[in-house]
Amino acid sequence: MIMIFGIPGPLLFGQLLLGLINGAFYAMLSLGLAVIFGMLNIINFAHGALFMMGAFASWMLLDYAGIGYFPALILAPLLVGAFGIFLEKTIISRLYKLDHLYGLLLTFGLSLVIEGLFRNAYGSSGLPYRIPAILQGAFNLGFMYLPIYRGWVVVAALVVCISTWAIIEKTSLGATLRAATENAPLVQAFGVNVPRLITLTYGGGVALAAFAGVLAAPIYSVNPNMGTNFINTVFAVVVIGGMGSIMGSIVTGFGLGVVEGLCKVFYPQASATVVFVVMVIVLLTRPSGLFGKAA
Amino acid sequence: MFGFSRAQTIAFVVMLVLIVVSPYVLYPVFLMRVLCAALFACAFNLMIGYVGLLSFGHAAFFGMGSYVAAWTMKVWHVDASIAVIFGALTGAVLGLVLGYLAIRRSGIYFAMITLALAQMVYFFCLEAPFTGGEDGIQQVPRGHLFGFIDLSNDMTMYWVVAAIFLGGFLLVHRIIHSPFGQVLKGIRENEPRATSLGYRTDDYKLIAFVLSCMIAGAAGGTKALVFGIATLTDVHYSTSGEVVLTTLLGGLGTVFGPAMGALVVTSMENYLAQFGAWVTVTQGVIFMICVLAFRRGIIGEIGAYLKISL
Repeated sequence: MIMIFGIPGPLLFGQLLLGLINGAFYAMLSLGLAVIFGMLNIINFAHGALFMMGAFASWMLLDYAGIGYFPALILAPLLVGAFGIFLEKTIISRLYKLDHLYGLLLTFGLSLVIEGLFRNAYGSSGLPYRIPAILQGAFNLGFMYLPIYRGWVVVAALVVCISTWAIIEKTSLGATLRAATENAPLVQAFGVNVPRLITLTYGGGVALAAFAGVLAAPIYSVNPNMGTNFINTVFAVVVIGGMGSIMGSIVTGFGLGVVEGLCKVFYPQASATVVFVVMVIVLLTRPSGLFGKAA
Repeated sequence: MFGFSRAQTIAFVVMLVLIVVSPYVLYPVFLMRVLCAALFACAFNLMIGYVGLLSFGHAAFFGMGSYVAAWTMKVWHVDASIAVIFGALTGAVLGLVLGYLAIRRSGIYFAMITLALAQMVYFFCLEAPFTGGEDGIQQVPRGHLFGFIDLSNDMTMYWVVAAIFLGGFLLVHRIIHSPFGQVLKGIRENEPRATSLGYRTDDYKLIAFVLSCMIAGAAGGTKALVFGIATLTDVHYSTSGEVVLTTLLGGLGTVFGPAMGALVVTSMENYLAQFGAWVTVTQGVIFMICVLAFRRGIIGEIGAYLKISL
């Protein structure tokens, strides 16, 4: 068996993979938060609840309508994204003229309502969601066994993150979006429908969270608290990365997942807190975040 | 005295009368729960209402105060008064450390940082041996106050809790109306200007944060004393959310808002407790209504209607 720093190779690589998977979720969620914050100036506290809704949507599609995993991967984000658009149109859009903190409070209330309703309907014990047949089993990579589904999650998350980055940084739609983030009235004067752009941005960010939720459904049990467990860590990730850069969110998300995985190998007691410790170090040395602009 | 206006003096007298009369009408244990929540909310209001910083991690100070008070009473058998003081000191020391980190950012980042730091405290409490993990610290004896007042009687306990609440309430009021408090309000309104006038705004914010955490710790310690238990719920972020809701509903930046909010939120929890997760749903709905249509809160609306500041 290969030993690395006195740790058996398979154990090290196994934890690294788990770290990468957590990192994939951190990256997708913090990316959505950053996109929404850039456009709406709101920290979407309901992001975790919407992530959970994505997982539940895929479970419901399978259980009630017999629709499988791969269609759900498209349908669930569409459904939850439409719900997000409805929320933005009816409630969130009323807050743009107020202090940012009200957005945080409103979406916090929203997350309480969503999670409470799901807990009433489905309990908190969790519902199983089977890995689709084609993604079951494992590869033997020689130095470790790679469960196919886990590899798939990392790849899918990377593809989605990079595509989001490409849309925002490399397309004309993205250019309009970035311009509206910088100076909305001016972009509106050029004839762009900025309110619609804002609505779509929120919908897109929410769809991203829901997509992450579908990916998470077979790994974690589908339960109403799965979002909150993630979102607190994701806030720390956002503070570490700073919300200024899309690529920054992706890199920070994956990076911290890996750090967490390594910590599980070398010092398991601290693995739950290591992200927060990193946050403290970043606050002490670079208060505006690794990729943030100085405030 | 204490910088009360005439309207506030009247409101204060009304509150005093309610505090004195209510234990003869209502269940004292329920009222003590209200008073602890009210003191906690007063501490939180000091930050959000007068410094303009939303701390989303106040449960850390409340919960740690509660743990330390319970532990010192159960293991060291200290006097009840000493236990509450230990709780307050714990809040202050923790507030100094976490506040030093959090005040480096303001606005929305401050909220996220305090939330994340409080989550770290939560994980610490989950792992640390002295907190008893999932079980918490249970069956803490109430003991005696100053060595001779037996606290096992609920009515005696009630008067002690009422005295602690009034002490904390007046302390917060005194802080706000001191020259120090005026500087805080100046920072809230225009921080660059306060800096240009020569105030070290970070120091002021940190001192206010430490004071707020100290009172939150005292509230947690008092709660542990009353119920004889300190659990993970007290450090959980839902407790942080609850104190935000309490203060928002009562009225951010009002003197009597936190107490009013505590009364409403605690009663609601009491009546809805049998319906499980509906408590969460109701809290969420109230949150949304407050933010969308009712931003001044109960006391703020009354004050605006009567054109006075309460």
